[in-house]
Amino acid sequence: MDTVTITLKKVPGLYLECESVTPDKFAGKNAEEIAALPCAEGKRNYVLGDWFEIAGAAGATAADTKIVVNGAGTDKCKYIGAWMTAGEVVVNGTADMFTGAWMEGGKLTVKGDVRSFSALQMKGGEFIIEGRAWNYLAAAYRGDWRGMQGGTIRVKGDVGSDLGTFMNGGTIIVEGNADIHVGTHAEGGTIIIKGKAHRRVGGQMVKGEIYVFGGCDVMMPGFKKIEEREIEVDGEKHVFNVFIGDLGERHPKSKGEVVYGHLYTLKE
Amino acid sequence: MTEIIIKNGHVFDSVSGLKGEVADVCIKDGKIVESVGNGATVIDAAGKTVMAGAVDVHTHVAGPKVNLGRWYRPEDKFRLGERCSAKMGPNTHIEGGFSIPTVFKTGYEYARMGFAFLMEAAMPPLYARHVHEEIRDTPIQDEAALPVFGNNWFMFEYLKNGELDNAAAYVAWVLRQTKGYGIKCVNPGGSEAWGWGLNCMTVNDPVPYFEITPKEIIDGLIATNEHLKLPHSVHLHSNNLGNPGNYTTTLDSLKIAEGHKANNAFGRDTVLHHTHLQFHSYGGTTWADFESKAKEVMDYVNKQENITIDTGNVTLDETTTMTADGPFEYHLSALNHLKWANVDVELETAAGVVPYIYGKNVKVCEMQWAIGLEIALYAKDMMRTMITTDHPNAGPFTRYPRVYAWLMDKEYRDAELNGFKWSSKVIDATTLAEIDREISLYELSQMTRAAPAKVLGLGSTFGGLAPGMNANVAVYDINPDNMPKGIELENALAKAAYFFKDGVKCVENGVVLEANPVVKETYWVDAKVPENKQVLHDVSEKFLKYYSINLENYDVAHHYVPHPHVIEIEEA
Ligand SMILES: [Zn+2]
Repeated sequence: MDTVTITLKKVPGLYLECESVTPDKFAGKNAEEIAALPCAEGKRNYVLGDWFEIAGAAGATAADTKIVVNGAGTDKCKYIGAWMTAGEVVVNGTADMFTGAWMEGGKLTVKGDVRSFSALQMKGGEFIIEGRAWNYLAAAYRGDWRGMQGGTIRVKGDVGSDLGTFMNGGTIIVEGNADIHVGTHAEGGTIIIKGKAHRRVGGQMVKGEIYVFGGCDVMMPGFKKIEEREIEVDGEKHVFNVFIGDLGERHPKSKGEVVYGHLYTLKE
Repeated sequence: MTEIIIKNGHVFDSVSGLKGEVADVCIKDGKIVESVGNGATVIDAAGKTVMAGAVDVHTHVAGPKVNLGRWYRPEDKFRLGERCSAKMGPNTHIEGGFSIPTVFKTGYEYARMGFAFLMEAAMPPLYARHVHEEIRDTPIQDEAALPVFGNNWFMFEYLKNGELDNAAAYVAWVLRQTKGYGIKCVNPGGSEAWGWGLNCMTVNDPVPYFEITPKEIIDGLIATNEHLKLPHSVHLHSNNLGNPGNYTTTLDSLKIAEGHKANNAFGRDTVLHHTHLQFHSYGGTTWADFESKAKEVMDYVNKQENITIDTGNVTLDETTTMTADGPFEYHLSALNHLKWANVDVELETAAGVVPYIYGKNVKVCEMQWAIGLEIALYAKDMMRTMITTDHPNAGPFTRYPRVYAWLMDKEYRDAELNGFKWSSKVIDATTLAEIDREISLYELSQMTRAAPAKVLGLGSTFGGLAPGMNANVAVYDINPDNMPKGIELENALAKAAYFFKDGVKCVENGVVLEANPVVKETYWVDAKVPENKQVLHDVSEKFLKYYSINLENYDVAHHYVPHPHVIEIEEA
């Protein structure tokens, strides 16, 4: 795997649209060619070379390409790793909105925080956020009904509100706490929150699994406890309270059985 | 005084009778002229195709239901795995949206394809101000809008009582109030019946409480239209849209034109335009035995010379459907379980909006695609047949080049047909696979230029390249002696090599050169009628009793239409 290191020369005044910063766009290009890729600041068109020092050359394919993003001002860069299908991206800092949105494969690591709408409608790959994530992590884009379909996200810190809205598949692990609206409208997938969730967890959820180790500040009224069970989750074995819901929704049937969403909280 | 000469292009123009002959097109001060002086700017069009600016006879690009689509589909700007909003030029406004683009993108994308005039096909009179605000902000394109009359309480009463003078006076009043262009009729009676949870599925189903039938509405609207001598014919979206077996309703609706004769001074010789015929040409009784009746419907259209049609081609995209046919949209949302929005417009009309995915693996969508193409390919008179996608209902207008290429290249459309999941079922239930016809460049120039201009009563200024006409000229990188095929043809039609609007170069190599390169005009029709106290009384009474706004707040004041082009018609 070949590594390209890009380093911001200055902090952007507005925000940079960095959808060119993916292994797919870099693949097969040398530093000069990478520098010529488009990069807008607000409505002004620039190229990556106007903003970044570029060192190294990409591999022949996306899968053979690793990108490291350095420098003060990475928090002014949107869309890093968006639509990536393979390869690796590491951001040594915080990244702005839409980081890893529509990601389909490969590995994306952000050493700082990610801002809202990151991992939006993610389809595959691995996304590691070492800081915290703002709102709408792995949600469907506003208005859309097709949420996260696959892949894995791990957040070391807390997440904001509207995590995994319209989630269909894949796994999200949050090692900290979550704000309101977790897995709203979920139709599949797994959300694991090691801390606690604030409220409105699993609202209008039809299918899928939500684990909240620390419990919810307020439970939705549409969830009903059915049992207590020992389950292994993310390498830890615990006894959980098992709830089904959201009972306010119409639920599909599979092999004669009604399918419900499941919500698990740690038994004290 | 600007002079331009577009030299040595292959010119396709039925108005000047050119079928690809090499000729020069001369422009002076915004008009086509016979010749220009030696100092004229020369555009080399050798090996290229030259046509008049195109005219869209039916599109939904301005007004409350388009904006409702934009509101509740923010996701529309992220489509095709790319950011559609990222399109920006150094000198133009940022463009956004896919099936419901912003006003800027609308104007620019039409210009890139060589369009000069758009007819907004459904204007709710009460929201005419909003329609005109969006029209005003849509760059480059001259536009007009058709107010809807097919579910209007005034018209129901006048037509039911046979009061033609009152109907005409009311229509003239609405056109003046709304700065409207003509008479649109959507699901006659059905959208009103929808207010009571009902619909009108045939031309003989009476409208509840009004006891008038769709047949009487259509017949009365045609009579009113010809009495007023309006430039455009009645523009009809008939009952029973989108349902298996609906072609009989379509034929019944078309037959209403048989008793009528065109009466106008604009060169229009037809009395009824049936829009998006694809949605109205279905056989069978359910979606299971659903089949094409395009041939049956087009056999009738071909022999009935006083009607025109547009196709409503399905483009196989994820799009946003929107129509004043409120009950249809409700029905559609029950089929696809996606979002549904509905608006009722007081005494006048209603509208619904639903996202729709025309999937290449869904049998019904594949069939609809085939039926739309069949309609165009069965047409005998291309001056009565126009290509539309009923934007955005059957697909976004930005797909016109693809539809043209499917019609012009059998191999291209067959590749699509054979690639379908249900291709053998579609081949059995339609006749598309048997049709060898390929639309020529000359026929395309008729269907997209001369024919729509003529049926809108604009045939002397739009849709042709004869001296005196508006200098709207599109030049495409298409050499008729070495015709591009498939995707190459599509790309050439999508990005005009040059597009001149009113003699101003607005597009070069598919790039729009300036944000607002020309002054765009809004066309509306001022039809004079004798003073009618009855109608004025009825209007003020209904406003007092039923409308939620004052009569004084109804009309479209001048500042909404800063560049009007008024077509005045002398008293009937
Ligand atoms: Zn329409």
